[in-house]
Amino acid sequence: MRKALEHAVIWLVLLFMYLPILILTVYSFTDSTMIGAIRNFSLHNYVTLFTEPELISMMVGTLILALAVALLSTLLGTMGAIGAFYSKRGVRRAVELANQIPVVNADVVTGFSVCILMIALFQLKKETYIPLVIGQTALCAPFVYLSVLPRLKQMDGQLYEAALDLGCRPSQALFKVLIPQIAPGIFSGFMTALTLSLDDYFIATYTKPATFDTISTYVVNATRGAQTQIKTALWALSALIFLIVVVTVILMNVRPDAEQEQGGA
Amino acid sequence: MKRNLFSRKQLAVPYIIFLLLFVVLPLFVVLYYGFTDQEGNLSFANFLAFFTNAKTIGTLLYSVVIGLLTTAVCLLLAYPVAYILAKGAYARRHAFLMVFVLPMWINFTLRITAMKEILTVLEGNLAYHPFFNTILCMVYDFLPFMIMPLFNTLTKLDNQYLEAAGDLGATRAQTFFKVVLPLSVPGIVSGVTMVFLPAMTNYVVLDMVYNSTYIMGSLIGSYFSAYDWHNGSVISLILLLLIAGVTLVSNRFSREQEARR
Repeated sequence: MRKALEHAVIWLVLLFMYLPILILTVYSFTDSTMIGAIRNFSLHNYVTLFTEPELISMMVGTLILALAVALLSTLLGTMGAIGAFYSKRGVRRAVELANQIPVVNADVVTGFSVCILMIALFQLKKETYIPLVIGQTALCAPFVYLSVLPRLKQMDGQLYEAALDLGCRPSQALFKVLIPQIAPGIFSGFMTALTLSLDDYFIATYTKPATFDTISTYVVNATRGAQTQIKTALWALSALIFLIVVVTVILMNVRPDAEQEQGGA
Repeated sequence: MKRNLFSRKQLAVPYIIFLLLFVVLPLFVVLYYGFTDQEGNLSFANFLAFFTNAKTIGTLLYSVVIGLLTTAVCLLLAYPVAYILAKGAYARRHAFLMVFVLPMWINFTLRITAMKEILTVLEGNLAYHPFFNTILCMVYDFLPFMIMPLFNTLTKLDNQYLEAAGDLGATRAQTFFKVVLPLSVPGIVSGVTMVFLPAMTNYVVLDMVYNSTYIMGSLIGSYFSAYDWHNGSVISLILLLLIAGVTLVSNRFSREQEARR
């Protein structure tokens, strides 16, 4: 009885979380313009998605932006974490406090404040893309910092000293000893930054050039009365992203298991 | 020998400059705009206007209500799920957790669109139940962020506590309310902080679900998008105060928990 109830709770919540996206995925393969209508199999949504110039430039733009922001955030956040971890306590405390601000802050406030800083104080034009990249990096880099830090704490600090004693230059000790040790943290920080940038609406909407759209800003505008063709092409985009996420999650979770088994054998 | 180049400490310099310029400085800019008038003179008029206008106060309250309701529903749904996953008979619990947090990585505007399409079919027209739909979409959006911290806390909870409570004669309900619930407070607190503030300020969900009819909640958004820098800054400062409050409370909770151990 208790077991049955537990299963029911789990599956009902899963149904709530997955049903909309699954139904949309199914309907993305039809020529239907509305959920519920029974229509024929068709790939025209996918054809539209990859032929409509507006949609292509939106997807490519979002990807390039996310990659640029994730790379910049990873570089800054990793360097910041290493530097702060080995600095004096006061410096480290101050960096940690400032680092926490974008993490807890509402994205609306982060976006708005970066926007007025860039435009009112620095007199930068949004068309330069600088406010957009800096704004998203200000959100993402702190998360990289937070994922690198635990790795630094776990690491044996004497390894770096040993490398120096054995005649390494600091740059060699850094790249050959320290960075490989914290690489998993850097990688997961990069992935977090990537997903944050891909998901961001609030910072992009205040800092992006008027002619540029990310997936988020595009979808929000499209809900305010887009053509049916665009609307259903976005179903195809949802289905594709869903598929990519599922495959990525499976790949990333299969690998550590395999490693563990190897380690145990 | 240039021993100092690439030393570890120096690596922090670019990030410190970045934080000062693009994280700390913007807050001062907001502070400046919030407390000055159009001519740049010190003034409290913006704040006075906010707190004497029924519409703006209403917006703030409405946002708080939406945030609270979303958080409450998320907590009620997420707690049983996290508990069953962490303490139930599921063998691969971490893999199962992945299934629950996976939707987090799909762009939220696309997920809300999916929910919207389903609701349109079910209800005929979204305008019939706008408030219900808003909360539903918010919960749909934020649920994974509540499940994750709850699961993390509950898996760490030692099963021996539960067995001890049972051996000492506590009923299932007593064990839950006197042992499990108090020990899972850190997870609840971190889940609540992860959901409440974003839900309170996420006017995009409101915008999308209400189908662009006038709503109180998007007033925050309209100040911002109209580049009304003085009034936008006032709202930012009020939100910042709220955030600081919530953060302080949650820090105190986690510190108390650490002290108890």
